[in-house]
Amino acid sequence: MGIHVQNISKKFKNFVALDEVNLEVKTGELIALLGPSGSGKTTLLRVIAGLEFSDSGKVLLDGEDASKSKQNNNVGFVFQHYALFKHMTVFENVAFGLRVRPKETRPDEYTIKSKVMELLRLVHLDTFFDRYPHQLSGGQRQRVALARALAVEPKLLLLDEPFGALDAKVRKELRRWLRRLHDDIRITTIFVTHDQEEAMEVADRVVVMNRGKIEQTGTPEQVYHNPANSFVYDFLGNYNELDGWKDKDGTIHLAETVEVRAASSTADIVKEKAGSWLNRYPEITGLLKKVMPRLHADIAVPSTAVSGTKKPFAKMKGKGKPVKIYARPHEMYVEKNPDDHEYIQAKVIHINPAGSLVKMELERSNGNILQVEILKSVFERLSINKGESLYVRPKQTKVFE
Amino acid sequence: MASDKVNKSTSEPLMVQITITFLGVAFLFLIIGMPLVAVFVEAFSKGFKAYIEGINEEYAISAIKLTLLVAAISVPLNLVFGIAASWAIAKFDFVGKRLLITFIDLPFSVSPVISGLIYVLLFGVHSALGEWLIDNDIQIIFAVPGIVLATVFVTFPFIARELIPLMEEQGVEEEEAAILLGASGWQTFWQVTLPNIKWGLLYGVLLCNARAMGEFGAVSVVSGHIKGETNTIPLHVEILYNEYNFVAAFAVASILSLLALITLMLKRAIEKHTSAERG
Repeated sequence: MGIHVQNISKKFKNFVALDEVNLEVKTGELIALLGPSGSGKTTLLRVIAGLEFSDSGKVLLDGEDASKSKQNNNVGFVFQHYALFKHMTVFENVAFGLRVRPKETRPDEYTIKSKVMELLRLVHLDTFFDRYPHQLSGGQRQRVALARALAVEPKLLLLDEPFGALDAKVRKELRRWLRRLHDDIRITTIFVTHDQEEAMEVADRVVVMNRGKIEQTGTPEQVYHNPANSFVYDFLGNYNELDGWKDKDGTIHLAETVEVRAASSTADIVKEKAGSWLNRYPEITGLLKKVMPRLHADIAVPSTAVSGTKKPFAKMKGKGKPVKIYARPHEMYVEKNPDDHEYIQAKVIHINPAGSLVKMELERSNGNILQVEILKSVFERLSINKGESLYVRPKQTKVFE
Repeated sequence: MASDKVNKSTSEPLMVQITITFLGVAFLFLIIGMPLVAVFVEAFSKGFKAYIEGINEEYAISAIKLTLLVAAISVPLNLVFGIAASWAIAKFDFVGKRLLITFIDLPFSVSPVISGLIYVLLFGVHSALGEWLIDNDIQIIFAVPGIVLATVFVTFPFIARELIPLMEEQGVEEEEAAILLGASGWQTFWQVTLPNIKWGLLYGVLLCNARAMGEFGAVSVVSGHIKGETNTIPLHVEILYNEYNFVAAFAVASILSLLALITLMLKRAIEKHTSAERG
């Protein structure tokens, strides 16, 4: 089922839940509505489902105004807290949507039974058909809720934070399962989540929402690598924010860098100075690749114009348009003996070596904290200890003006 | 009870335990237990035969019949009203919701005598409606309709008050799920809402019924105390007592006491059931 959301606005007293939202979903798509709490994503889902009335605008389901069609039998809805009928068995829960149909369209008992059991097999709960919801685990309940929603053969499946109340492991399993299910039955699906990882992993397209508005719509790759604004960038992962400035040529520079004398390897002859970020030099990244072959993932070509220079004593003195430079923790490059790039200096205050990446927190002289993730091999090569001072620069950055 | 394994530092000394338990039990016995026992002792003080005679008497029987009739009318009325009001309050948002909740509580905060008086003022001979009622030969005050009205008024918070918190706690998600699965409003109510509230509802009905049968103040004002016509059990007890017919008074009173005991037992059974269901 194709969905057109047109200029939907919705207020709760003084709180603007949805502000002129427009969205188009193609038949068979799997869409994630992603945003922090209060961003309007659940309200939008409920408006599409017909559970909430918008103050203005309309929702077209296959070109038909949803608020005008009397009964929404085509929509399957899965609630965050499952909303299973407590007093009914798993079987009766799934059968409910079929049993409440008017006599003319209600399937006979045999059809109901075989259909319900088929759905329960699909969610791997066929042996649990006579249990009550309170006898099931959270993940099982959620699967019953899904089976119940699918029983009415909806053309549109809506899921409100479907895995939000589950523990991390079950959540991951169910995510994969939902993806596979969607690949099998190709039903138009919209799910709400505040977990960016979940959205990225499951959805064909991600709709990032904030304060009742859609900030960006795109494939997981698009929103992650080309975020439309600082909010999207912020919401899709941890990041560091650095002061910078832009010179006449449009090149981005770091502010408060330390100047490094290329000739000298001793770190004590550095002083605070506004330095320069010049256009990237492919040969430098190429060189680094050669020096540290295992690091190649870390030195992927930067997506914007930020990298090193061979001119350590750049003339720019920070006279330009101030900008904010953003970089993910894994996009930070650290060095003990700096080369001729622009670096900022920071002290290691915390090291978390669990996992394939070593996570570090660095504190700058101005008190700002930087989050850095580096490969274990790099960490070991540099033999970093807590309390040490490191030279840091972003390998990849985003600038929002 | 304290077992040997109880941590000493987190349990009270034995003396304190005994004293507190004794105080509690003694108070309960003095205030509630003794009067209850006294009712039956007095009722049977002249023997079983006198007890039966006290009950098996024309006016007593008519009082019992009237009480049953009043309860049979007012409890279903309040059942319907209670479900409707709590459904509206718990599941929907509307203007005047707070006001409605306040009105539901009104009978609890107003003296029953005032509740009765309201109806006398509304439907009595000297009221604006009174003349019209007389002209049309409709008697409300000092008749069964008045007693029913007063009883409905006094007992109407019981079911609503029981259901509102229960339904609010349950939220609307199950109903929303049912509607989205294609169920109609009635199907949703009968198949989803009602099964979820049935034990709370039964509990409310029980309390409502006990009060409907036992109400004195409000009914006393509107009844007119016509023997064999407008006397309910509590009113009949008072009349017998005032006539120094103690055995009969207590015999009739023992019926109400029995009703109270049965109510408590049923209530206990319901509570057991609901806690088992939740566990």
